[in-house]
Amino acid sequence: MDIRDDLKLIAEMVEPNSRVLDVGCGDGALLDYLAHTRNVDARGIELSMDGVRQCVAHGLSVIQGDAETDLKDYPADAFDYVILGQTLQAMRDPRGILDLMCRIGRRAIVSVPNFGYWRIRLQLLTTGRMPVTEKLGYQWWETPNIHFCTLRDFVVLCGDMNIHIEQTRILNSAGAVTSRSHSGLANLLGEQGVFLLRRA
Amino acid sequence: MPATPPTVVVSADAGSLPGKRVTLGADVPMRLDSGAELGPFEVAYQTYGTLNADKSNAIYICHALTGDHFVADRHPITGKPGWWEMLVGPGRPVDTDRYFVICSNVIGGCLGSSGPKDIDPATGQPYGLNFPILTIGDMVRAQKLLVEHLGIDKLFCVIGGSMGGMQTLQWAVAYPESVFAAIPIATAARHSAQNIAFHEVGRQAIMADPDWRNGQYLVEGTRPERGLAVARMAAHITYLSEPALHRKFGRNLQDRKAVTYGFDADFQVESYLRYQGAAFVERFDANSYLYITRAMDYFDLAADAGGSLANAFRPGGKTTPVRFCLVSFSSDWLFPTSESRAIVHALNSVAGNVSFVEINTDKGHDAFLLDEPEFHQVIHGFLEGCAEHRGLTVRRRAR
Repeated sequence: MDIRDDLKLIAEMVEPNSRVLDVGCGDGALLDYLAHTRNVDARGIELSMDGVRQCVAHGLSVIQGDAETDLKDYPADAFDYVILGQTLQAMRDPRGILDLMCRIGRRAIVSVPNFGYWRIRLQLLTTGRMPVTEKLGYQWWETPNIHFCTLRDFVVLCGDMNIHIEQTRILNSAGAVTSRSHSGLANLLGEQGVFLLRRA
Repeated sequence: MPATPPTVVVSADAGSLPGKRVTLGADVPMRLDSGAELGPFEVAYQTYGTLNADKSNAIYICHALTGDHFVADRHPITGKPGWWEMLVGPGRPVDTDRYFVICSNVIGGCLGSSGPKDIDPATGQPYGLNFPILTIGDMVRAQKLLVEHLGIDKLFCVIGGSMGGMQTLQWAVAYPESVFAAIPIATAARHSAQNIAFHEVGRQAIMADPDWRNGQYLVEGTRPERGLAVARMAAHITYLSEPALHRKFGRNLQDRKAVTYGFDADFQVESYLRYQGAAFVERFDANSYLYITRAMDYFDLAADAGGSLANAFRPGGKTTPVRFCLVSFSSDWLFPTSESRAIVHALNSVAGNVSFVEINTDKGHDAFLLDEPEFHQVIHGFLEGCAEHRGLTVRRRAR
């Protein structure tokens, strides 16, 4: 089975036979992969009805809902892992979402695009305009990504929130892991980061 | 039985109807929620497909207010195709080549299961209003007895829309260990004030008909046809949507070029409703309509669970093992999406296994009975996923 590189990295952080909630699960690619490669009890929540229909029609347990209003319904430790792939920057309240994820899940797995990536910095520096990259291909006026952060910003927020980062994977533009640490040059050379979190 | 004159069937001997029938509650009468007892009583049902060796492939289908057990075969009175033939049959989403499908007429009904039109052994006369008041819980209790009679410990799935969805929820809450999966469609965990109000209009229409005779019309040889027809007309509006009505009829006139300045059915929509009312009285018993609407009004899962819907899904303090798939329809204002969402939120709060899909359609509440391909795909996919978990099929891919 083939899935996006960051999703594969996320999947590798998930222990087999665990219970997983994928927030913003889209068409269910990650859930399907997890269900069939790691035998997890895979659940999802997705905003788009098309995505939900695809998921349920493929036998996945997915509900239509808005993470920012519906995650609060779940009890503490309802899941072993709560996953948020490439969506934190599109949330109205990223900090609130992180807090909820670490409450309803024993662990949270978050992947974030790095706004501190050198190509993005260079674009802003040389053109003086909001960067548009292959992976973040929106003009400023149409982007759903309203809360960009750098990897360093993300790490600082986790510290502020007393969230422990158990594992880090820094990916380059080819999707290869270049570092297992968020220190050093990761914030410059990494295009995205994947983090395994738990409340300290 | 197309030869049977339709107007006679509602009081005809149920033994003349096709399908299966069983007498239940003969040794021990069934205790009803009202405290009354019922037994022995009859349950009419149909089955489709074959029960497998370990009896793990049974699907129970619960019908709606005026439905019956003829899910996938021709209706004995109207001659119309089964009411869920699009969903149930060989190669259909509920595939009778793979699953053993059971559907029964609810108790209180009028198509073979014991109801108010049947003879009360105590008096030798039709029960009429002496039939005990029923609840959704009572209906499902009778269904459970039928399932036990068929030797099945655990249903693979229970499926139903509208009142059938209430029964589906009731099954999952009352017998969580006997249900692997549940698909409540276009339904609610309690009947809303607005819906009780609509039902009351229907009941008052029936009871205001002089031919109703205080429920004794069968004894007195009359039929409250006008009252029942009006009840049906009012209810039928609630099953549709404003856009669907407009698309179908607009303000079109019925067989005339101008309004007549009178109270004839000038408009097509009037003519349509009158037809719906007239057709309904051919196949339905007025007292059954009173009893079944009342059962729906009394339905309130949260109230039964100490005021918390979440508690209904936490039997013995543990999360329900039932896998749920809720489906709602965007233009359904009788059982709007918010009702399904309330159930989803309650299930989330106990970390239950739940899927939820709202289908976009302008067909209103009736959409669950109509050709809605996305809805059918969802049912198919959910059942496939459950079959995999239940071990009814090989997994699609190696682990």
